Formats: sequence, C-alpha cells, structure tokens
Amino acid sequence: MSMPFYVSPEQLMKDRADFARKGIARGRSVVAVQYADGILFVSENPSQALHKVSEIYDRVAFAAVGRYNEFENLRIAGVRLADMRGYAYDRRDVTGRGLANAYAQTLGTIFSSGGEKPYEVEIFVAEVGDLAEQDQIFRLTYDGQVADEHRYAVMGGATEVVAKHLSEHYVEGASLEDAVRLAVSALGQTPGENGAGTTERVIATAHLEVAVLDRTRTQPRKFVRLVGQRLDALLGERGPVTPDPPAEATPKQEPAPDSPADPTDQVSGQVPPLENPVTGEPPVAPPIAPSGAPPAPRPEPTDPVQPPTGPEPT
Amino acid sequence: MSASSSDPRLPAAYLMPGSSSFSEFLALQAPDLLPSRRAAPTSHAGDLAPHGTTIVAATFPGGVLMAGDRRATMGNIIAQRDIQKVFPADEYSAVGIAGSAGLAVEMVRLFQTELEHYEKIEGTTLSMDGKANRLAALIRANLAMAMQGLAVVPLFAGYDSDAEQGRIFSYDVTGGRYEETAFHSVGSGSLFARGSLKKLYRDDFTEVECATAVVQALYDAADDDSATGGPDITRRIFPVVHVITETGGRRMAETEVAAIADAVISSRMSRPDGPAAALT
Repeated sequence: MSMPFYVSPEQLMKDRADFARKGIARGRSVVAVQYADGILFVSENPSQALHKVSEIYDRVAFAAVGRYNEFENLRIAGVRLADMRGYAYDRRDVTGRGLANAYAQTLGTIFSSGGEKPYEVEIFVAEVGDLAEQDQIFRLTYDGQVADEHRYAVMGGATEVVAKHLSEHYVEGASLEDAVRLAVSALGQTPGENGAGTTERVIATAHLEVAVLDRTRTQPRKFVRLVGQRLDALLGERGPVTPDPPAEATPKQEPAPDSPADPTDQVSGQVPPLENPVTGEPPVAPPIAPSGAPPAPRPEPTDPVQPPTGPEPT
Repeated sequence: MSASSSDPRLPAAYLMPGSSSFSEFLALQAPDLLPSRRAAPTSHAGDLAPHGTTIVAATFPGGVLMAGDRRATMGNIIAQRDIQKVFPADEYSAVGIAGSAGLAVEMVRLFQTELEHYEKIEGTTLSMDGKANRLAALIRANLAMAMQGLAVVPLFAGYDSDAEQGRIFSYDVTGGRYEETAFHSVGSGSLFARGSLKKLYRDDFTEVECATAVVQALYDAADDDSATGGPDITRRIFPVVHVITETGGRRMAETEVAAIADAVISSRMSRPDGPAAALT
C-alpha cells in the first residue's frame, strides 16, 4: 500500500477554489443591471431552451453561470423551497434573502466537505421591491460566500472587461431601453489585440437571453422574458452581427507550462484537482471520475502530470 | 417544513431530480400540508363549515368568462356576504368553487401552486387538458371528505391557445371530468342559473354581453335559491367576474360589474322575471 498523500488544508481549499473558478471562467458572462423599474438580466446564451436566467417566485429571480446540471439542480431546489414556503405561509413570506441564505449554506457545505466535488457555479439571486431602494441583488460564489451587489453585477466569463464597461457607462435610474443597450454592449466587449483597449462585438439577438423583474407589472409575478420583436425594438439598429471568433468557440488554453517540481500545480489544467499527482490515485471521492480508469494501485508515473481524465465543464 | 426550519441548508430531497408536480413533492416532504391528508370525520359534518354556492361559466368568441355570487352559507345562516369563489388558476385559466368553502379554498391554493410550479420547473405551461386532469386528481383525493358532506365541486374554465377558444370543464365528487360546451353552472343555484342561460345564451356574444348574461343567470339563481346571494345594492357587493381571452385573464373591475348589475336590476324593476325569450 502506498502512504496516504498529505495535502495541507490551505492547499486543499486553494485547489478546490481554483478548480471551481476555472470552470466558471470558461463560460460566458451574465450581467444584472438595476434600472428604473426593476432589475434586468442579460446573458449571451445560444440555447433557447437551456436558460441561465429563470423565475423563482413572484419577485425573485435566479441567474447562474458554470455547469448547467449543477445550477439547474440548485434552481429547481430554489423553486421547490419558494413554492413550499409560499404554500405553507404566504406569498409575501418568500424572500430573496431567505433563498440566498439557503443557497449559501448548501454551497458552503459542499465546498468544505472533502467527499464532494465543489459546485462550479456562481449565482445571482435578485429580488425586486416596491421601490428602487428595496431592490436586492445577491451574488453567491462556489464556496458559499454571499455578497450584496448594487447598481450592476457581472459573473462568469471575462468579468473584468464587462465590469469595466459597465462601471464607465452605468447611469442610475435608466430606462429599460437604455439598460438593455448598456448590458448588451458590455457583454459584447472583447479585449483588443495586444491587450490595448477593447472592441465591441454585435451579438445576434437570437443568442441573447434577456429577462426582467419589472415592478410595474400588475400581476403578482414580476418576472418576464424579453424575446423576439420586443427585444429587437429595445435594441434598435445595431449593424451586422459579428461572427464568433474561433477563440470563443474553444476554451482558451492556459498559457503557463506546468512546473513538474510542484506536484500541486494546477495551472496547466491537466490534473484534475484533488487527484494525487504522484500516484494518480483519486482521493476518497474523485471530483471527476476517470472513465474506465484502471483500478488502483497503479505504477508510479515518471511524470507527475497526468493526461486529462475527465470531461471538460461546459 | 421540519427539515428546512432546523437546518438552513437545502434539504437533500430538494436537490434530487424528480417530479415537476408540486403536490407529489408535498406528499413526500410535508404530507400534513395536503388538504387530502386530513382525517375524514366519522359522521356527517356538512353543517360545520360554510358552503359556497353558485358558479356560472360561459364562452364567447375569443374567450371564456366565469362568475360567482358572493354568499357563503352555514345551514340557514349567511356565513359571509362577500366571499370570493372564483379564482385565477394561472394566467389563462380560472377555477370557481362550490361546496365546502374551507376545503375548496385550500384546494384552489394547491392547484394554483401546482400549475405555477410546473411552469417554472418545465419552462412551459401545461396543456388545457393537462390542467383539467390535475384538478380532477386533487378532487379525487378528497372523496372521503365528500362522503361526510364536505364535498368540493369546482368548475374550471380557460382559454386553450392550441384550440384558440375558451373551454369549460365540470367535475363530480369522485374526480370525474366532463367537458361542457357553451356554458355550465355548479352549486346549489345551478339549476336555475343553467335554465336562465339556456334562454339567454347566444354564440355571438361580445365580452360585455356575455358578462350581462351570466349576471342575469346569477340573479335568477338568487331569485329561487336561498343560498345564492343576489347583487347587494345597499352594500354595493356584486358578483366576481373573471374574463379570460387570448391576452390572458383579468378580474373584471368592480365598477364594470356594478354597471352591468345596475342595468340588470333596473330592467327587472319593470319585469322582475328578467328578459323574455321569443316563443319560437
């Protein structure tokens, strides 16, 4: 039997965080923007059926980036929790804060328990109030941290360029039309050649997922998806659609070469986290089960870097 | 709710893939909240709780509407003068309840949550027949209570966007589901209301004409059935009228219904039995 491989708790947490962060950064951004009548969500999503932004309850909406199966699971749990609470008590007793708390506890527990793979997701839980001051956006990260966001928020993908554009152009109390245009142009920002400035892509309307929590709706359910002609009218004339650059289609390769001296180096993304890099043995519960992996024990590899063994997160 | 109130985390069952039916989820997680899990009384309990009375629904080209009187009775007592017995089930359907009011209101709440839950989880609404069948399942579960006099008999109506027309479904206490054409009525005054609508109904009604016809029918029901409340002109309490068309459902404004009711009452001043139908 080989000796159990010691990993310090700091390193363990760092590895898990790196693993989750990398999965999240691979996707495309979702932005939430506060406007005069509520909260707007925009995301670049080529799929019309697999939503990143969804309704949870009357005034509460959910947006997520990362692994679809994981955040879909959390979304359904949120709908169940909200409907259960609304049915057992009253519709007004379902709050965004309560839901954010339940998600935070769940994500935090999964992140710190050694037995489970951390969720590669980041979530917004937003609640629209009767007045703009009562609107709330909570950001939940893979490790269960909760942050209260104001004005606008960005997660997933190239957050820096999108957030920079929003910080430069955001206006308080904007109309829906202005807010949609701002959010869409922020999502279209791509870093220019040689890192100098940014260029703006025109994203096809069919590839945009746009939804609002609109406090002016007369129905109790304030969540509305903006699609088709209504979205076209809001966006106005934008010029021809920029084709996707090939770099967008495939995830960017991490540049730095792996350091063979550091067995815990995850930079190259070649070693699934938590796997014993020397023996290649998975930990108690592997984060990604190597399909058809030979049973342990395996011979000691000469190179600590293993070939990729798991499916890539989407 | 026991698991979620002591532990802030989402209970494991919430994260399990499973049914998109809220009532099935409720049956597993909090069965005590289901209306059908009450212990059925051992003897007749029909006089213990208020009863709702007459509901009328009628279709018109491009939609359907449902109206209910405002009275709840307990034996010879008027338990409530302004009870609401017609509820939106979702954007495109409405349910009206006759029978034991407490059980019926709870059943409607479960049905509303059921439709909304499905819509949110699946990302699409149930078909009109799917909704009607879900309601039938909820009524079927109440049979033991119905045997002891606590029956709930709803009327379900909605706009079917596939068929592009309004549709009406009636039920019996065993959960039997029957589609009705043109118009239907349930509750203690339903015989009189249906007789009235038979003579008044035309298939080329406008929305307002259709609303007038159902208010006339409710007036006739109140005229001959002591448990059905007529328009209360001193307190200005008028029937609840819920209209559903292609663009969604809305409760007709109090002022609109008041105007229709006032017109009906003033015409009855000269002819108390209401409009006369042609003989041939």
